[in-house]
Amino acid sequence: MLNRASILRVVSKLLIPPIMVFALYVQFHGDFGPGGGFQAGVIFAAAFILYALIFGVDNARKVAPAWLTRTLLASGLLLYTGVGVVAMMLGGDFLDYSMLATDQKSAQHLGITLIELGVGTTVSGAMITIFLIFDGRLRAEKDD
Amino acid sequence: MSTQLPALQVVLPLLMAPIALIIRNPRFVWMLTLIVTWTTLAISLSLLMQVLDSGTITYRIGGWAAPWGIEYVLDKVGAFVLVIVSAIGSLVMTYARRSVEQEIPAERIYLFYTMFLLCLTGLLGITITGDVFNLFVFLEISSLSSYVMISLGRDRRALTAAYRYLIMGTIGATFYIIGVGLMYMMTGTLNMADLATLMPAIADTRVIQAALAFLTVGICLKLALFPLHLWLPNAYTYAPSMVTAFLAATATKVAVYILIRIIFTVFGGVNVFEILGLQNILMTLAIFAMFAASTIAIYQDNAKRMFAYSSIAQVGYIILGLSFASETGMAAGIIHLFNHAIMKCTIFLGLGCVALRMGGVSIRDMYGLGTRMPWTMAAIVVGGLSLIGIPMTVGFVSKWYLVRAALEADMWPVAVLIVLSSLLAIIYVWRIVEAAYLKPAPENAEPVSEVPLSMLLPLWVMALASIYFGLDATNTLTIALDAADILLNGGLQ
Repeated sequence: MLNRASILRVVSKLLIPPIMVFALYVQFHGDFGPGGGFQAGVIFAAAFILYALIFGVDNARKVAPAWLTRTLLASGLLLYTGVGVVAMMLGGDFLDYSMLATDQKSAQHLGITLIELGVGTTVSGAMITIFLIFDGRLRAEKDD
Repeated sequence: MSTQLPALQVVLPLLMAPIALIIRNPRFVWMLTLIVTWTTLAISLSLLMQVLDSGTITYRIGGWAAPWGIEYVLDKVGAFVLVIVSAIGSLVMTYARRSVEQEIPAERIYLFYTMFLLCLTGLLGITITGDVFNLFVFLEISSLSSYVMISLGRDRRALTAAYRYLIMGTIGATFYIIGVGLMYMMTGTLNMADLATLMPAIADTRVIQAALAFLTVGICLKLALFPLHLWLPNAYTYAPSMVTAFLAATATKVAVYILIRIIFTVFGGVNVFEILGLQNILMTLAIFAMFAASTIAIYQDNAKRMFAYSSIAQVGYIILGLSFASETGMAAGIIHLFNHAIMKCTIFLGLGCVALRMGGVSIRDMYGLGTRMPWTMAAIVVGGLSLIGIPMTVGFVSKWYLVRAALEADMWPVAVLIVLSSLLAIIYVWRIVEAAYLKPAPENAEPVSEVPLSMLLPLWVMALASIYFGLDATNTLTIALDAADILLNGGLQ
């Protein structure tokens, strides 16, 4: 796409890794400070969308083919409900984290971390899918 | 394990939706969905038994005690609606495979079933939750997935219909959440039972009255009460056949259930009907709905559209029943919830069969079908008779109780209006009968065979149900009367 915009290419190459790391920071620091799965998912997807804007959607699709984003979407929700169901199987109520470990505090910690990871996965999968689908529609209209 | 059933009811379809997304094979996904729907039916039946035996069930999500945590509360009304939703879901799903294969592109079928599972999750969740915000979340899950299901219809107009529903539905949900926000501002709680105890003390404030207004208008948009029904006809007409059957029988019913919960549980300690004149508003609109929508239905050439308008009229009957605020009236509303789900599901499943063989459902497509597809048309006629309220069908039970409620309240003009509006139903049902049995099939008609057994069987289960529950309404009536009694005496306790 923007083949000759070398400043954009260089700057985005520099920026994309820190954006992804920041997404992970927001993800895993979410239970201590501001943040959490939703925000982290959006930031993570933003890094990806930036890549697609600068280096072309075709390249982006190679990195994240449809089956991958679809699996991301599904696996996040599966992880979330899975944690709940595991808690149920261990004898607690649905999403009762205290069943997940013997120590009460680390059980809560583990529970909320997994849940937020599920949220993050699904949200980033959804954001990327929405972006790619919009692009796909534009192409379909151009082809007509 | 039985203590976990309230959560399983909602979690099972929610868990299976992403799995369906990963499996993708249409046949497998359909089988998975079928198993899920029948399992939810089994769960909801056993929950109903539990509730009938030992009273209200509560369940704490994540082990957090109410009112801080999210609580699931299931009383007789809720359990009854759960059974309606899951029974309709499982029958429609048994029916769905052929109809969906014909109407939806093969590469999208797995998405369709995923959306169906999410919609089921939402509808079951709304019914079982005891938390007004959690209810909003489930409302959004069920609405968003139903917009997608509608937009998958073959006709391109399905897209605009779904878009229109999306706009109207979002306004409705927004109004609902504004109402919840105002209540939260005044009480600091989102738990229905907790709200119910705090409400009487602050009911006179402007904020709470504004909240009630927002809630009522928002929910009435969702349940398509006249004149907020504009999204419904197109959405039902252009949606895939089984979606129409499922949504017509469940989505508006669950919305009515939300209205019941808000008015009689959350505002249970306050006489909202007298303070705000809500009774007159609802009753007037209900009667308008009965007449206006039935009259419009008479002039429709597309049978799906005709019965979509008839649905708006029937919602009118349900709301009319509730607006009496007497035990008989409430019971009439609740029992009509059940009865209308059965008869509309019968009719729309039947129309789905017609669509499968004829490719369309206009009145013209049905010429002579009475002899060519005898079983399908007979089932549609049974549904139609029930819609009119002929004795020995479920429709009669509802109408009987509605008239009784009107007479008990000394509103005999209303009773007359109920009977008069039933006459309108005779006219549009007669148009179907006339087309199917009295008009000859077109000269060049290609031979048509009856639909496969997998579709005929669910259709006739529904049709027979509408006769069975018309002949022996003892069980449903007992539940409806009990439910009405609980609701009028303060709800969740």
